[in-house]
Amino acid sequence: MSVELIVQIAILNLFVQNFVVARFLGLCPFIGQSDDKSKAIGMGIAVTFVMTMASFVTYLVYVYVLVPNSAFLTAIPFLRPIADDGLVEVLRTASYILVIASLVQFVEMFLRRYVPALYRAMGIYLALITTNCAVMGGALLNTSGDTPSEIGLVGAVLQGFFAGLGFTMVMLLMAGIRERLRHLNLPRCMQGAPIAFLCTGLMSLAFLGFAGMAG
Amino acid sequence: MTKSREEFTKGILKNNPIFVLMLGLCPALATTTNVKNAFAMGLAASAVLICSNFIISMLRGLIPKAVRIPCFIVVIASFVTIADMVLKGFFWEQSKALSIFVPLIVVNCIILGRAEAFASKNGVFKSVLDGVGTGLGFTLALLLIATIREVLGSGTFLGYPIWLDSSGQTVYVPMTALVLSPGAFLVIGLLLALFRFVGHKRRQVNLHEGTPE
Repeated sequence: MSVELIVQIAILNLFVQNFVVARFLGLCPFIGQSDDKSKAIGMGIAVTFVMTMASFVTYLVYVYVLVPNSAFLTAIPFLRPIADDGLVEVLRTASYILVIASLVQFVEMFLRRYVPALYRAMGIYLALITTNCAVMGGALLNTSGDTPSEIGLVGAVLQGFFAGLGFTMVMLLMAGIRERLRHLNLPRCMQGAPIAFLCTGLMSLAFLGFAGMAG
Repeated sequence: MTKSREEFTKGILKNNPIFVLMLGLCPALATTTNVKNAFAMGLAASAVLICSNFIISMLRGLIPKAVRIPCFIVVIASFVTIADMVLKGFFWEQSKALSIFVPLIVVNCIILGRAEAFASKNGVFKSVLDGVGTGLGFTLALLLIATIREVLGSGTFLGYPIWLDSSGQTVYVPMTALVLSPGAFLVIGLLLALFRFVGHKRRQVNLHEGTPE
C-alpha cells in the first residue's frame, strides 16, 4: 500500500466524506454526547477504537465467509451446494451486527480486566456503541457499493480508523461550539438539540468546500 | 377500546420518534432528499418495527432477561434482511437510492427502543398497535422533512415540477443547498424548534385553564 493511497483514504474519510456531516452516520451520539469536551473525547476514542476493530473483523467475515465460493463455504461439505450463491444477501446484516455486538462486549471485558485506566475513560461509552450506526455503516461501506471491496484488509482497517478520527474531530469541534453556546441567551425552544443541529448545518456547509479534494 | 386507541395515537404526535424522542435521526436526514425515498424508508422501517414488535411480544415469556438484547437484535436483523431483499427484488431503484440505510435499520434506535420499552412488556395486540402508531409517526416525520427539502430544494414534488406560471414555465430558482447535507441539518433543527415551541405554548394554555397534563 502506497503512501499516496493512505493519504487519499485519510483525506476522504476525515474531510470529504466525513461520517457525521456528509454521510449522516452516528448522529445520535453526536447530538447526545457533544455537550462537553471530555465526554466528546471519550466517545470519540471509543468509536475510533471500535470502528478500527470492527472494520478488521467484518472484512474478514466478508471475504472468508460471506462471498460466493469463500474459504468457509467450500471447506464444509454440506455447505458446498450454496457456495456458488454466497451468503452476502442473506446473512450480511445479521452477521455484522452480531460480530460488532460481541466485539464490543469482548473489548469491554478485556479493558476492564487488563487496562482499567482506559476502561475508566471510555467504559460507559462502549456500551452505547453497539447501536451506533457509524460502526455498522463503516462496516457496510467497506464491503459494498460505494467503496470497492478490492481495497483489501489494510485499506478497510485504515478506512475504519480514519472515519473514527473524522467522527472524533467533528465531535470535538461541536463540543467547543456548544460550550460557548451555553453563555448565549437563546429562546427556550432553540436550546439544546435544535441549535446544535443548526450549528452542524453550518459546519456541514463548510465541509462541502472539501468536496472534490480527493477523487 | 380508548386504551388501545391511546397506544396507537401516542406515537404519532405526543411521542413522535423524530421530533420528540429524537431517535432514528440518521435515516431522517440521509433519506429525505426527496419524498419518494422518504416514503420508501418510512415504509421499510415501519414494516420491520411492526413485525419485530409482533414476534417479540409473542416471545416475551420465553426470552431470558439476561440475553434479551441479543435476542431482540437477531429478530430485528432477520426482518431487516427480509425488507432489504423485498426492496431489492421489487423496487430496485429505491433500494439503490437508499443504499446502506436499509441494512442500517437494524441499528435504528426506535426499533430496539420499542422492543425493549414496550413489546417485551405488553400483549401482542397492543404491541402491534404501538408498532403501527410509532411507524406512522416516523413515516409522517420523514415525509414532512422530505416535502420541505424537495419542494424548496429542487422545486418539485414526487418528481413533478410545481412552481409553474400560467404558460407552464418553471418560475422558481431552487435552493440547492437544501438537498445537500447542510439543508438536512437546518431543516430538522428548525422543525425541532417549531415542535418545542408549539409544545411549550400548549402546556402553558393547559396550565392557564387548570387542566394539567
